[in-house]
Amino acid sequence: MSFLLVQALSGLATAATLFLVSSGLTIVFGVTRIVNFAHGSLCMIGAYLGWSLIERFGGSVGGFWGSVALASLGAGVLGAAMEVGLLRRLYRSPELFQLLGTFGVVLVVQDAVAWIWGPEDLMGRRAPGLKGSVDILGQPFPLYDLVLIGLGPLVLGLLWLLFTRTRWGVLVRAATQDRDMASALGVDPARLFTGVLFLGSALAGLGGALQVPREAVNLHMDMAMIVEAFVVVVVGGMGSLTGAFLAALLIGQLQAFGILVFPQITLVLVFLFMAVVLVLRPHGLMGRAEEAPPAAATAAPVLRLGNRGGWIAVGLLALLAAAPLLVGDYAVIVLTEMVILALFAASLHVLIGLGGLVSFGHAAYFGLGAYGAALLVRHLGAPMPLALAGAPLVAGLGALIAGWFCVRRSGLYFAMLTLAFAQITWSVAFQWSGFTGGDNGLLGIWPSAWASGKAVYFWLTLALCAGALALLRRAAFAPFGYALRAGRDSALRAESVGIDVRRHQWFAFALAGSAAGLAGGLYAFAKGSVFPTLMAVSVSVDALVMILLGGVQTVSGPLAGAALFHLLESQVMRATDLWRLLLGLTIVALVLLFPRGVVGVLSSRRERS
Amino acid sequence: MSRLEVTDLARGFGGVQAVSGVSFTLESGELLALIGPNGAGKSTCFNLLNGQLRPDSGRVRLDGVDLVGLPPRRIWAMGVGRTFQITATFASMTVAENVQTVLLSRARRLFGLWRPASRQFRDEALALLARVGMADQADRPCGVLAYGDLKRVELAMALASDPKILLMDEPTAGMAPAERLELMALTAALVRERGLAVLFTEHDMDVVFGHATRLLVLDRGAIIADGPPDAVRADRRVQAVYLGDES
Repeated sequence: MSFLLVQALSGLATAATLFLVSSGLTIVFGVTRIVNFAHGSLCMIGAYLGWSLIERFGGSVGGFWGSVALASLGAGVLGAAMEVGLLRRLYRSPELFQLLGTFGVVLVVQDAVAWIWGPEDLMGRRAPGLKGSVDILGQPFPLYDLVLIGLGPLVLGLLWLLFTRTRWGVLVRAATQDRDMASALGVDPARLFTGVLFLGSALAGLGGALQVPREAVNLHMDMAMIVEAFVVVVVGGMGSLTGAFLAALLIGQLQAFGILVFPQITLVLVFLFMAVVLVLRPHGLMGRAEEAPPAAATAAPVLRLGNRGGWIAVGLLALLAAAPLLVGDYAVIVLTEMVILALFAASLHVLIGLGGLVSFGHAAYFGLGAYGAALLVRHLGAPMPLALAGAPLVAGLGALIAGWFCVRRSGLYFAMLTLAFAQITWSVAFQWSGFTGGDNGLLGIWPSAWASGKAVYFWLTLALCAGALALLRRAAFAPFGYALRAGRDSALRAESVGIDVRRHQWFAFALAGSAAGLAGGLYAFAKGSVFPTLMAVSVSVDALVMILLGGVQTVSGPLAGAALFHLLESQVMRATDLWRLLLGLTIVALVLLFPRGVVGVLSSRRERS
Repeated sequence: MSRLEVTDLARGFGGVQAVSGVSFTLESGELLALIGPNGAGKSTCFNLLNGQLRPDSGRVRLDGVDLVGLPPRRIWAMGVGRTFQITATFASMTVAENVQTVLLSRARRLFGLWRPASRQFRDEALALLARVGMADQADRPCGVLAYGDLKRVELAMALASDPKILLMDEPTAGMAPAERLELMALTAALVRERGLAVLFTEHDMDVVFGHATRLLVLDRGAIIADGPPDAVRADRRVQAVYLGDES
């Protein structure tokens, strides 16, 4: 009994931090309508700043709390700077660009923090005066956690006062309700938004700095935090403070007790919870229904089935097939990976380019294919051909299950759901170490003897990927592709001429998933190993960047994008450790240069000329 | 048995009764105008008929088969076509491809993954476009068409499923006067040729009295008049609604 009580209390302490970070995210989303991926990074910066300050001044009670406050302010200032420098230019951009732009900041911050503070985990000093524990029904409970439990409702109360009792708060609420109306009433949105970003980021920084005495500060905090905060905000209803509070409480308890019942799948539990809530209550616990903005309103150009395309493809294929005779082993390895990534990017393009479905978790199916193949080899001793055949099946099955949930929502919620499912697969791979090898991955997944030569494996990869790409291209111009585009262009019209939009999207999700799975299977044998990182958010984002580089609205664009991306990655990574920083800056530059998307820029240029 | 038989249709939103006790019939060869002041419930009526909204009560029967509760795409498959007040076409496709997509949908071939869509039903699509006077623009992207032309494309798309009934929500809104009369003349000709039954809403009284074979007048969610144009024009209640007469 007392054990359960302590467990519940520790859930409450977790909930408090979760709420602090999530409240910032939900406030920022409510006003700017941007899901700020970098929110977790701001939390991490708060933690690192807090660690440094506490190391220096944290010996006294005043010094400790002053350090926490200062760290929070620092994160706030950075957030405000981010609004002025980046977000301000993205308010009218497609969601894909907003998410990518803020993810660029994530990458930059990751490398910057690692460069400043080093890669090791940093253990912080305990809070002076709160080092001990209290007895709760005979069980010890950390005093500091007890203070945190009180802090959650306190901050909620202060925020409530801020939003109901101050003029600034009322303006923020007005802007949350109706942004255009607020600016029509003479509110300067730019200053308001900068202020909101400051507040939201300061809350993230506060949440981070308060973690210092509880656990080691590390470089994975940003993704861990943002993903959990996403779940809280989505479950609570995007933009709702009380919803975030409620959701944080529920998820805190889910984690505290989930670890007792299902220690292997605590992470899965949280995302399953979110998926169920979203299916039952599409707008979260406290969210209000909001008409999704017509994202596809900017008309996509007409896709044409070119006659020359076929010959170019044949020529390119012949050139690639001849490559192993002309270049060395290293180049063949790079080419193999390039071809695999081209299929991966093209599979995502089926969803984005044709269906208008921006998936932020496509790496899940790449990873499922890779793990499917590797597990078949490891546990069933399957030969390579069988494992490669299994890869798209495993991934396709996963996509069929996840897709059923995901296509029920559109826009941002679709992106969040795909992200959630990617995190589920990632956490299974990460936590179920008996089966998947956990963090250590599965090693020794090598091709069959006949395909072990680099050139032979390249040819095999080329043949399979080219075949799959031809099928995807065929599907894009077949009635199936037209039905998908019809659903994207006008769902209302599509339904009223008998098109079952959702079912087409579901099928597309499964198709894209299996194609990504084949790519993943090939990747596993090319590398000889699989790791949970194959399913990480950053891999999903890599695929998005490839599509962005090549252009969203052409069928061949993703191929060029994948080639360019991989070439850059393999070359830059050899030259510098700051690959993520450069990639992040590139992404930010891309979305700033093409705020309405590459296509938007092209069409506006056409209008001018 | 009437082609379309609507009985006691009702739908409320919160405390507002948008449509209540609406009953009427529609026969083949009729061009029935649904008119009424703004907020009378015309759009709600339309959305109830094609399944976008579910009625609180009432029946909608097509050739005796109840349509209530079916999703729009099933109602479409049973022979109820629709055009929208604000045109909705597939902007990333050419004019012909828009019509071809509908023809593919009717043939239940939309899950086809192999044969290029642009080569299927092309001739049928061109024939339909010729009927609405859009054949010469068949290969232009829909996204760049003029508004009046889009309305014609929508009509061709609606005809592509060979519907029994066509619901047209303000078919001439936003068009120039000459274009309006032309489009309605085309619609009237199609009604005669194909034995179509058309129900349309319209604000332009010239269009209504010039082309409709029968009029339904809706006010505050209820039908206050149902009859041929001359009888409705003489109806005192209709005059009161439209002229704001106190009597």
